[in-house]
Amino acid sequence: MNATTLPARLAETREDFLALGVRDRLQLLLEFSNELPELPERYADHPDLFERVEECQSPVFIFVEVADGRVHLYATAPAESPTTRGFASILVQGLDGLTADEVLDVPADYPQSLGLGAAVSPLRVRGMTGMLGRIKRQVRERIAV
Amino acid sequence: MSAEFDAAAKLAEYAHPERLVTTDWLAEHLGQPGLVVVESDEDVLLYETGHIPGAVKIDWHLDLNDPVVRDYVGGEQFAALLGSKGIARDTTVVIYGDKNNWWAAYALWVFTLFGHEDVRLLDGGRDLWIAEGRELTTAAPEVTLVEYPVVERDDRAVRAYKDDVLAHFGNPLVDVRSPEEYSGERTTAPAYPEEGALRAGHIPTAASVPWARAAAADGTFKSRAELDAIYRDEVGLADGDDIIAYCRIGERSSHTWFVLNHLLGFEKVRNYDGSWTEWGSAVRVPIVTGEARGEAPAR
Repeated sequence: MNATTLPARLAETREDFLALGVRDRLQLLLEFSNELPELPERYADHPDLFERVEECQSPVFIFVEVADGRVHLYATAPAESPTTRGFASILVQGLDGLTADEVLDVPADYPQSLGLGAAVSPLRVRGMTGMLGRIKRQVRERIAV
Repeated sequence: MSAEFDAAAKLAEYAHPERLVTTDWLAEHLGQPGLVVVESDEDVLLYETGHIPGAVKIDWHLDLNDPVVRDYVGGEQFAALLGSKGIARDTTVVIYGDKNNWWAAYALWVFTLFGHEDVRLLDGGRDLWIAEGRELTTAAPEVTLVEYPVVERDDRAVRAYKDDVLAHFGNPLVDVRSPEEYSGERTTAPAYPEEGALRAGHIPTAASVPWARAAAADGTFKSRAELDAIYRDEVGLADGDDIIAYCRIGERSSHTWFVLNHLLGFEKVRNYDGSWTEWGSAVRVPIVTGEARGEAPAR
């Protein structure tokens, strides 16, 4: 994986994390966590549309929409699960607005490249990998229709 | 230099009331010299969103597990960790955390492996503190570094290995996982990630008592009478029993270990931290599927 194949926002996020020491990476993850957008009203009352990410210890639900060739990603996780919210927020900010192909081309091991293993433990990072995998599967389902 | 014990009436019913403090007690004693409050959560970032004023954080993954061997940290690492948190050997440590003190109990159990004498849980944990509208802060605590002695871990009293479990048949085993994990429908807690066990089911003869049955709705421990009804009357544990508790990686069973040992006064209770992720993948160990406890294997 190299920066030229990675969507700009994801590459920037990775650079930001890697430029920091381990303790500060946690703070940056917390900032991402606080930035996870609220669900738009039209989805707020539709828990049925959302898929639970089983790989995460805390409940997180994701929903992908493809409109006019662009991917839109919605995620919701409780405030008591800031790590999971942070993971979701990194992906929402990094993937929203990309084309379906761009999302599908994101390397599956992107979450492992952020330097978070030492900050939150490799086991926890696995939750983000699961999230990315499920997002890609939903994208495939949406464009297959 | 240990802090006075909490004399709350509810705690006095337990076998070792000195192992718990109430939120009232903690609010009153915050900042007292010789007392350090530790937050230990499942979510590694939760502490950063707000914690009890002055509390330090200890993370089960990053601080207590050895990064290479599947084991706990050794004496030198533990000494460095505690010294960096301002904890001396004679400090009173009160641990609290999310999810009914699930991870707090795990941290307390690891402190016990190192023989830290005065370590207590906050009854009700983080959730009760917040529900009562008590103060949280994001301000980093002022920690005075202290010297903690290098004490080698002594696993014998409260930790069981796989071979100990194999030699234990005929004595009580308590499986504290969900009913679905016990029966073998799945290898992970509902809604939890797969942590790799190749077989599903339980250790023969183990009684199923999901750990959270020991917690009341507000996250505090159930009363002595309620706990006795579960573990003595229903499961059949009796004074003098040699008991091993297990779950999937040893954290939920730390909670049950705390209940059996400190609240109900069973003197010989060990936590099998290898738990199902070891047993369910080990070659040629006996397992049982379904709801029945099953028979002890012939030797």
